[in-house]
Amino acid sequence: MNNYTVEAIELTRLYGGREAVSNVNFTLSKGEVLGFLGPNGAGKSTTMKMLTGNLAPSRGSVKICGIDMMENPKEAKALIGYLPEMRPLYKELTVDEYLVMAARLHRVSAKHMKSAVENAKERCGLGHMSKRLIENLSNGYQQRVGIAQAIIHRPMVVILDEPTVGLDPIQIRDIRALIREVGCEHSVIISTHILPEVEMVCDQVQIIDKGKLVFNGSIDVLKRQRVGNKLLIGLRHPPAMDEVLRIAGVSEAESLENGMVRVRFAEGATPAEAIVQTAVQQGWGLYQIAPDQTSLEDVFVQLTYQEQAAV
Amino acid sequence: MIINVARKELKSVFASPMGWIILSLLMFAFGTQYLNGVNDYFAVMSGAMRPAERTGVTQFVGQSVYGLASFIMLFAVPLLSMRLIAEERRSQTLPFLFSAPISLTEIVVGKFLGLVAFLSILIVFIVGMLTTLNIWSDIDFGFLLANSLGLLLMVASFSALGIYFSSLTQQPVIAAILTFIALFALMMLDRFFASDPTNIVGSLSLTRHFQSFSNGLIDSADVVYFILFAATFLTLTVRRLDADRLRG
Repeated sequence: MNNYTVEAIELTRLYGGREAVSNVNFTLSKGEVLGFLGPNGAGKSTTMKMLTGNLAPSRGSVKICGIDMMENPKEAKALIGYLPEMRPLYKELTVDEYLVMAARLHRVSAKHMKSAVENAKERCGLGHMSKRLIENLSNGYQQRVGIAQAIIHRPMVVILDEPTVGLDPIQIRDIRALIREVGCEHSVIISTHILPEVEMVCDQVQIIDKGKLVFNGSIDVLKRQRVGNKLLIGLRHPPAMDEVLRIAGVSEAESLENGMVRVRFAEGATPAEAIVQTAVQQGWGLYQIAPDQTSLEDVFVQLTYQEQAAV
Repeated sequence: MIINVARKELKSVFASPMGWIILSLLMFAFGTQYLNGVNDYFAVMSGAMRPAERTGVTQFVGQSVYGLASFIMLFAVPLLSMRLIAEERRSQTLPFLFSAPISLTEIVVGKFLGLVAFLSILIVFIVGMLTTLNIWSDIDFGFLLANSLGLLLMVASFSALGIYFSSLTQQPVIAAILTFIALFALMMLDRFFASDPTNIVGSLSLTRHFQSFSNGLIDSADVVYFILFAATFLTLTVRRLDADRLRG
């Protein structure tokens, strides 16, 4: 018996013959945060809708803690907290009324109702908003109510579709901390456009493009891909590239504008010191040396672009 | 679980002034009709000399109040039922219910019961109002029971139809108009086939089945008709929502 909280098996969804999501496979264990990345229209929301039983997959299946979403939807849904992209808020109700209703629908017993509501409000920083109408709350606070609604019954799996949209930087930090906190005891799946966010909160990353998973793995793999073995050197009197190549450890050198030189080195080699020494000896006028990081954006674009090129 | 969905519906009706306004306006209409009925009773009965022309006060006043109630519900129900699903669809709140551990049937039946519960408040008020006649007269409670049951069943049928049309569209107003037209047609069928009482299409009319209740008769065939009518449209609604999930 495995202890996966979420299992997606060959998840496929057709919209009139077009595959919006095709053959998505992944598993998530307890205590992990999974980040879902992808350009607009890649199928992130569609996948999330299928995971939460809002949409029936055309093929494949979803299992939540081993319970099949198709066969036992009620039991499976009881283990999920879901915040869709469009916040499902009843704006004519107050925060308290809405949260009590959410708790009731998610089978929180009358005995634990009060503590569940208080707890969810506290975790989302809504304590002083209890009696306000949701309609009158700011966008950010509405988003918090949406998140509170998703965690109120302490579900095993929390699925948040773009949870930090429309929040101010401080709120974003709070929400990220909250996601981490929830992620410690349960599993969390979030989708986002903000790439650094993925690095900050997620253990696992999936990049989805045109309905297909193009990357599925731990965040460390992505980070390693990102840092790479490159140095960026700024020289006032750049020499010929042959001379740079002669330095021990350097495997490739590329001249850029403004006297910048990009140097690649072999795995494990640390030629920085040697480069500096040579530069000083030869009077190249070294004024800058730094590791050349590919931004996460570049990795993302690379991964989604490769897919496009292949098609 | 059905109860929780029904509670949610009642809560949102009363969260806005809409619910209160509809309740008070309808009560005003029924109260006026009741007062007029009592006044007319004295006027008509003082002229009725022969015993055969005399009717009881319950029947005289009751029939006019319940008659008006069934007619007003024709307008009130579409206005209340229109928002049940169409509004949720428009403001994209349906995933809230769909991702909760409740089945589609429970959602639909819950919404239906919430609306019927709201409208039952009116029926309870009507019964209370007519019961005050008992202070100075001996009223026929059986007649009140039959009429109230008839009105309740009819309102339930209206609501079921209303929910179905609400599930077809995103625009509450379109749902209301469609519901009204459909209900109006079903009420009027009776008139079209008045010359031919055995016509099958004519017997689909809601009015015809309400007739026996308004005479104080609880006919099981009519009870079954209303129950089947409501069940049919609730089933269609569940199927419609299920199609949403399947086709997206």
